[in-house]
Amino acid sequence: MNSNLVVIIAASAIFYGTPLFFAALGGIITERSGVLNLGVEGTMLLGAVTGAWASQHIPGSAWFTVLASIFIGMTAGALTSALLAFLCVTLRTNQTVAGLAITIFAGGVGLSSYFANIWKVAEGPVDRQIRKFDVLGLGDSPIVGPIIFNQTILTYVSWVLVIGVSFYLFRTRFGLQLRAVGESPQTADAMGIDVVKYRYVHTIVGGALAGLGGVYYSLAIVPTWVNGMTRGAGWIAIALVIFGFWRPGITLLGAYLFGALQSLGSTLKARNVNISGDILDALPFFMTIVVLVLISSRFAHRRLGAPASLGVPYEREER
Amino acid sequence: MRSPVRFERRLEQPKWLNWAIPVLSLVAALVLGAIVLLATGKNPIEVYDRIFERGFAGTRALSGSIKTATPLAFTGLCAAVAFRMGLINIGGEGQFYMGAVGATWAGLAFGNDLPTGVLVIVMSLSGMLWGGFYAAIVGVLRAKFNTNEIITSLMMNYIAAIFLNYLIYNSTSYWRDPKSRNFPAGKPIPKRADWNVYEIFGTRIPLSFLIAVMAAVGVWVLYKRTRFGFEVGVIADSPKAARYAGIRTSSTIIIVLALSGALAGLGGAADVGNFRGLLDSKGLQMSGYGYTGIVVAALARFNPISTIVVAVLIGGLTNAGFALQGPDFPSGLVGTLQGLILFTAVAGEVLVRYRIRRNRRTVAVAA
Repeated sequence: MNSNLVVIIAASAIFYGTPLFFAALGGIITERSGVLNLGVEGTMLLGAVTGAWASQHIPGSAWFTVLASIFIGMTAGALTSALLAFLCVTLRTNQTVAGLAITIFAGGVGLSSYFANIWKVAEGPVDRQIRKFDVLGLGDSPIVGPIIFNQTILTYVSWVLVIGVSFYLFRTRFGLQLRAVGESPQTADAMGIDVVKYRYVHTIVGGALAGLGGVYYSLAIVPTWVNGMTRGAGWIAIALVIFGFWRPGITLLGAYLFGALQSLGSTLKARNVNISGDILDALPFFMTIVVLVLISSRFAHRRLGAPASLGVPYEREER
Repeated sequence: MRSPVRFERRLEQPKWLNWAIPVLSLVAALVLGAIVLLATGKNPIEVYDRIFERGFAGTRALSGSIKTATPLAFTGLCAAVAFRMGLINIGGEGQFYMGAVGATWAGLAFGNDLPTGVLVIVMSLSGMLWGGFYAAIVGVLRAKFNTNEIITSLMMNYIAAIFLNYLIYNSTSYWRDPKSRNFPAGKPIPKRADWNVYEIFGTRIPLSFLIAVMAAVGVWVLYKRTRFGFEVGVIADSPKAARYAGIRTSSTIIIVLALSGALAGLGGAADVGNFRGLLDSKGLQMSGYGYTGIVVAALARFNPISTIVVAVLIGGLTNAGFALQGPDFPSGLVGTLQGLILFTAVAGEVLVRYRIRRNRRTVAVAA
């Protein structure tokens, strides 16, 4: 029963959707503060390459190495988005161009491939990986076994994060203040909330999550380094934030939908289903466009929950 | 906490900033790049010296750089044209591919029947049409459904790349060389369809570079001297005012994006006609002209004429990168430097909008 196609697709939807979700969750946190991060793709790649390096070089027991790799990848992501925060918050530059700059700087032909090159990351496999494990020995149970009880530890972390971040955003004072900063920084500032601090902190946390998504790519999905290995996942994550109406729960479902689309090609090919691989490869990108069109057309005028000041630099002097 | 500096909005933007900012950005990027190089154990002066030597010193280096600059000039114009209206078209990459597909088709179909001069025009038009239509899709979605053009145009880059792979590797299409069984490759266009390369004072200048210069002048005239350009400016500055004035915003969005894509498509045509002579799926995808074009346009502050100058500069950097690639000049270095240039260009904009003043210490007595 567990080799049923639907079960396999559902299981791989969660497996492939998890990094998308981490990056999208980072996007939600960042955008709720009013900062648009278009540098997710580059941030993920830097997380991926530093994580892969750490996995190859940090000594110690396997779990320690993996943990350290995750930490290092997240740190790389945090540093990258600290740079974005400096450009967008302190220097008040155009956020779109600043985010693009991050992606071009760090992306597939930039710093991430430079690092991969000088550290010789691609020359060997990334042996110490984040592996799926069997929770409570339930991995063999019918249907739910492979889907729910046989995932990587990061998937379970992501489920905790859905609840944690939702609680933070909608049930705590910090979350309330964060949303105020994203909606109307002027008002927030007048209430005594430190707009700059909120934007910095949440941009950096968001970047760390994007870095985590990147580590997932190099340590869990692809066992060896390939330049530009995230293949647009960062951009899909940005679309997922909109798809999820800036809410973690809906975004998780969206991430699994796109995870299913991304894995569909390899799953069906393994089953010898006769569908053009190219069409399947193009499907996630095509669906992203379709989803964006649907959302923007039907609800465009009923506000979906996009932070009102998203993408607008805050200029205190002009209050 | 009191910050040591404060920003004062400039009431007017002095002219000298137009060249000072790009120059300052470049210098700052080189300094930051030197830090990256030092941190990774390379000698920055040596690296920069070699980049300059291979990129700009002498006619051979310059010929190579202008060749590399040509596609970047087109993709730079593509980004600049859209940005002038506040539209972010990062689909230059895919539109470039589509232009190459269209131009290759024209070259293969008419290559043996038409004289070279006419072929250049037919291939260019075909490339512009394919690139223009591909971008117009993004334009229609933006104009009719208010769909974010940044993400859609980017997604279409991936789709275009998959389309290229399909044409060359996964099908027996019109574009694929039937003789290539084991190593799939594009079918070469007939020799007669090759575009000219001129030699001026020993420097080789491809015809398509001259076309890029003409296109830049054309865009400049369109935006500075015509009613259409004026309307684009109004929409960019104040969409509300544009609506009151009866300017048709949505059709203008579609036209501007189509024009932007047509310029990238023309670059694709040049790539086939002037340089590769066939549809090179892998080569195109590895070059990343579209993304570099954004760097070019941003550093040129989205001015079409400066775009050409900056394209030659960045082209030289890229060209030197190709020439030097090896164990002590890792790939990815040029991309990193380009990213740094983009950063500093973006950060430099702050100087355009604000004057940065020191906060006097005496004021901060309140403790």
